[in-house]
Amino acid sequence: MTDVNLTLAKSFGLNEEEWGKVLEIMGRTPSLTELGIFSVMWSEHCSYKSSRVWLKELPTKAPWVIHGPGENAGVIDIGDGLAAIFKMESHNHPSFIEPYQGAATGVGGILRDVFTMGARPIANLNALRFGDPALPVTKRVVDGVVRGIGGYGNCVGVPTVGGEVNFHPAYNGNPLVNAMTVGIAHQDRIFLSAAAGVGNPVVYVGSKTGRDGIHGATMASTEFDAASEDKRPTVQVGDPFTEKLLIEACLELMQTDAIVAIQDMGAAGLTSSSVEMAGKGGVGIELNLDDVPQRETGMSAYEMMLSESQERMLLVLKPERSNMARAIIEKWDLDYAVIGHITDTGRIVVKHKGQTEADIPLSPLADAAPLYNRPIAETLKPAKLGPITSHAPLDQALMKLVGSPDLCSRRWIFDQYDSSVGGQTVKRPAQADAAIVRLDGSNRALAITTDVTPRYCVADAEVGGAQAVAEAWRNITATGAKPLAITDNMNFGNPEKPEIMGQFASAIKGMAAACKALDFPVVSGNVSLYNETEGKPILPTPAIGAVGVLADAAQAVGYGLVSGLSLVAVGDTKGELGCSLYLRELLNREEGAPPPVDLVVERRNGDFVRAQILSGEVQACHDVSDGGLLVAVAEMALAGDCGAELTGAGAAEYWFGEDQGRYILAVKDAHKLLAAAAAAGIPAQHIGRSSDEKKLTLPDGLAISLPQLREAHEGFFPRWFA
Amino acid sequence: MQAAILLFPGINRERDMILAVRQSFGREPAIVWHKETELPAGTDLVILPGGFSFGDYLRCGAMAAQSPIMRAVKAHAERGGYVLGVCNGFQIITETGLLPGVLLRNAGLRFLSMDTMLRVERNDTVFTAKWEKGAEFRAPMAHGDGNYTADEDTLDRLEGEGLVAFRYSDINRNGSARSIAGIFSPNLRVLGLMPHPENLVDPLMGGTDGKPLFDSLAAA
Repeated sequence: MTDVNLTLAKSFGLNEEEWGKVLEIMGRTPSLTELGIFSVMWSEHCSYKSSRVWLKELPTKAPWVIHGPGENAGVIDIGDGLAAIFKMESHNHPSFIEPYQGAATGVGGILRDVFTMGARPIANLNALRFGDPALPVTKRVVDGVVRGIGGYGNCVGVPTVGGEVNFHPAYNGNPLVNAMTVGIAHQDRIFLSAAAGVGNPVVYVGSKTGRDGIHGATMASTEFDAASEDKRPTVQVGDPFTEKLLIEACLELMQTDAIVAIQDMGAAGLTSSSVEMAGKGGVGIELNLDDVPQRETGMSAYEMMLSESQERMLLVLKPERSNMARAIIEKWDLDYAVIGHITDTGRIVVKHKGQTEADIPLSPLADAAPLYNRPIAETLKPAKLGPITSHAPLDQALMKLVGSPDLCSRRWIFDQYDSSVGGQTVKRPAQADAAIVRLDGSNRALAITTDVTPRYCVADAEVGGAQAVAEAWRNITATGAKPLAITDNMNFGNPEKPEIMGQFASAIKGMAAACKALDFPVVSGNVSLYNETEGKPILPTPAIGAVGVLADAAQAVGYGLVSGLSLVAVGDTKGELGCSLYLRELLNREEGAPPPVDLVVERRNGDFVRAQILSGEVQACHDVSDGGLLVAVAEMALAGDCGAELTGAGAAEYWFGEDQGRYILAVKDAHKLLAAAAAAGIPAQHIGRSSDEKKLTLPDGLAISLPQLREAHEGFFPRWFA
Repeated sequence: MQAAILLFPGINRERDMILAVRQSFGREPAIVWHKETELPAGTDLVILPGGFSFGDYLRCGAMAAQSPIMRAVKAHAERGGYVLGVCNGFQIITETGLLPGVLLRNAGLRFLSMDTMLRVERNDTVFTAKWEKGAEFRAPMAHGDGNYTADEDTLDRLEGEGLVAFRYSDINRNGSARSIAGIFSPNLRVLGLMPHPENLVDPLMGGTDGKPLFDSLAAA
C-alpha cells in the first residue's frame, strides 16, 4: 500500500496548503484514489487556479452568444436556426514529449469537446509555434506534429482548413500545439453536461480504458526539465478510427431523446467528466469501476479514475431509452457499459471490487478549489525603436522576407492535411485570409481563422493581446464575413513568476479592450501555463481562434489577384517598423514597440472594407500584417499567379511597416473606391495594378519574376525536409 | 441511374459523394450499411466512397473487402452492374479482386492533399462519355496510399486492353506505375480511381472539373 501523506500529495502536484484543504474537506486521510481525484481536479489544467481571476475580465456576451465559457465549447447563433460550436485547446506538453501522438490526441480532444455538444465538426485549424529551425529537434517536432495532425484529422474526415505557424528560439523546448474545431448544430439540439435524474444510468461509451495518460493533467501543470523525456508514458495514444465511430454514434444517438447529459473524457478522464457532470447538475454520482471496459488487466481504481485513454464519452441516459441507445452504440462497434447511476447525495462514490475507493463531497471539491491571485510585476513598456541607419534594397528585402521561416509558404504543411473532405470547403489554405466552409444544405458559410503575433506580445503584452484579437477580426473581415466571436488559447510561462502573471494580466487587458470595441466576445477557451523549459519561458502567446458568418458563401473573396485590377491600400501607413519582421530578418534586430492598435480605427476601416466586399466591388482582399504592404502584394500575386506593378515613392518603412488596421483591395474601379473611402474619412491610397505579365514590378522599377518569387516563398519547407 | 453508396465504418467522403450524385442524377442515392447482405432492389450503380475504412489499420481496404455487403457487390458486378470506387473505395475493390493491382504507400511516404491533373484515356465508357478523349481535368487528391502497383504483365494487359481510365498528367506525386490514377474492369463497368472528382462539382468549391463523371453516369 502506498502511504498517503504530504510527500505523496506534493508528488501529485499539490502544495502544503492544498493538502491541508484536502484533509479538512475529508475529515480524514484520503485514500490514494481520493488524493488522485483531488490532485487532478485542483491541477492548474483543470482548475484554472492561477488564471480565473483574470479570465473574468473578458467580455463573453453578445446577442448572438448562446453559451459562453463554462461549457465544453462556445455556442453562437449563425442564423437559419443553426449554431456554430467551437473551441481551441492546447496540447503543448505532450507534443514535445511525443510529437505525433501529442498533436494527434490534441486534435482528437478538441473534436470531442465540440461533438459532445451535438455538433458535427466541419473544420479543424491549428496554431503552431516551434523553436529555432536550425535545431535538429525542431525538425523532428515539426515533422511529428504535422504528421500527427494529419494522421488524426484526415482519418476522422474533418477538413483541416487553416491555422498558423511561427518559429522562435523561445519555443525550443516547448512547442505550442493549439488545435481548434468548429462544428454545426441545430440550436434546438444542443447537448450539455449537467447530470440530472436520480437513478438514471451513467453510461460509458467508446474505447477501453488503459493505463495511458495517467496524470497527464498534472504533467501539463509543471515546467519541463531534462527528466521530462521520462514522462513519455503520460502521453496518450490516439485512435482516430474509433473517434470517427464515436462521432457518428453520438450524432446518431443525439437524433433521439435518450441523452440527459453528455461529456467527453478529456484531461483527467473519468474523474473530471463524472465530477463535472454531477457537480454542474447539483446531484451525486456513484460509479462501479468493475464495469468499466478495460484494455489491461489488474487496473486499480486509482489508475482507472486517472487514465486519460482517448476516445471515451460519459453519458447520463433516460433509463427507458437505454436499450435503444445500446443498439446504436453497438451498431458502431463501440463499447457500451453502464458504470453507475446518479444519486441525490451530492457526493462522488467510487466502488471497485466491493470496496469503496473514494467518497468525496462534490461541492467542496469544486468550491474549495484553489484560487490564486498571484503577484504581478508590471510589464515594462518597450523602449522606442532606435534609429535605422541603412536599409536593404526593396527587392532583396522582399525575397528574404517571403522566404523566411515565419513568412514562407506553408504549402508543405497543408499539403499533408485533407482540406476538402466534406465537400464544403469554399476557400482552402492560402486562398483567403480566413478559411471559408459552407454549411450543408444552406447558402451560409463560416469564415474561420487563428491569429496571434507573439513577438508583439513579448514586447508589450497589452498591445499584443489587442493586436491578436484585432488581426483575427481583420482576417474574417477581409473575406467579407461578419466576425462573431472568438475562442482564446492562453499559452504562457510559469504563473508563479510575477513577470509571467504580469504578461498574462496585460494580455487579458488588451484582449478585453479589443473584444469590447469590436463586439467580438470570448465564448470558450483554454489556458496552458508552465510553458517553460529549464526556467526559460515561451513568448506570451494568447492564440485567438475566430469565427464569422457569410449569409451567402458566394460573396466570399480570397486574396488571389487576377489581371486588370487596381490595388488600393485602405488604412493609414506611417511605417511602423518596431518588432517588425523586416527589422528582425533584414537588420537582425528584435526591438522597439509593436505597432499601436487603434481599435476605433480598426473597426471603422474593417466595417468599410466589409461593406465594399458585400457590395460586390472587390475582386480580392488581403489584410496587411506580418511583412507589411509589399509582402501582402507578393502573397496576392502568388495566390492568383498574376503579376502586379507597384507605384509610389515610399521607402522601406512604408513598404515593410506593420501598421495595423490595413487591407489591400483589388478593384476594377479605383476612383470609386477612393471616393467612398474619402467620404468615410478613411485613408486610402492607390498603390499599383495587377498585370498580365508574370512578374512583380517594385516601385523602384526593379522586377522579380513570379517563378523566382515562388521559389523563394515555397522553398523553405521542402529544402528543410528534403 | 439509381445509385447506392456503401457505408463502411471509417468511410468519411460519403457526404461529398451524395452531393455530387444528387446534383447530377437529380435523385437521392441509397445509403447502404456494410453489414447488409443485399443491395436495394433496382440498384444500377454501387459507389464505394473514400475514407479510412476500419481505420486502414490493416492494409487499406482489406477489412472492408470482407464486409457482408461485398458479396452482393461482387454478384452485382458479375451481373454487369456498374461499380465506382474512389480512393479508399478503389482500395477496397482491388482488395476484393474486382480490379487488379494494389495501392501502396505514396512514394514520398507522406499523405498528399492537393489538386492534381488527370488525363482521360478514353471517353467511350459510361463513366467518361461527357469528356473529350485526351481531355485533362483537375481533381483533388487526398491519400496516403495511392501508389498504384501491379506486375508488369498486368500493367501491359491494362494498357493493351485500354483499361487505363485516367493518368496523372502533371506530376505523378504518389509514384503510381505508369502514372495510373484509375482503371476499368475488362467490361468497362467497374471504375476505380484515387483522386476525388466528387470534390469539384460546384463552382463555389473551386470548379466543376469532376462533374462530367457524374453527368456521364446520369446520362447512361
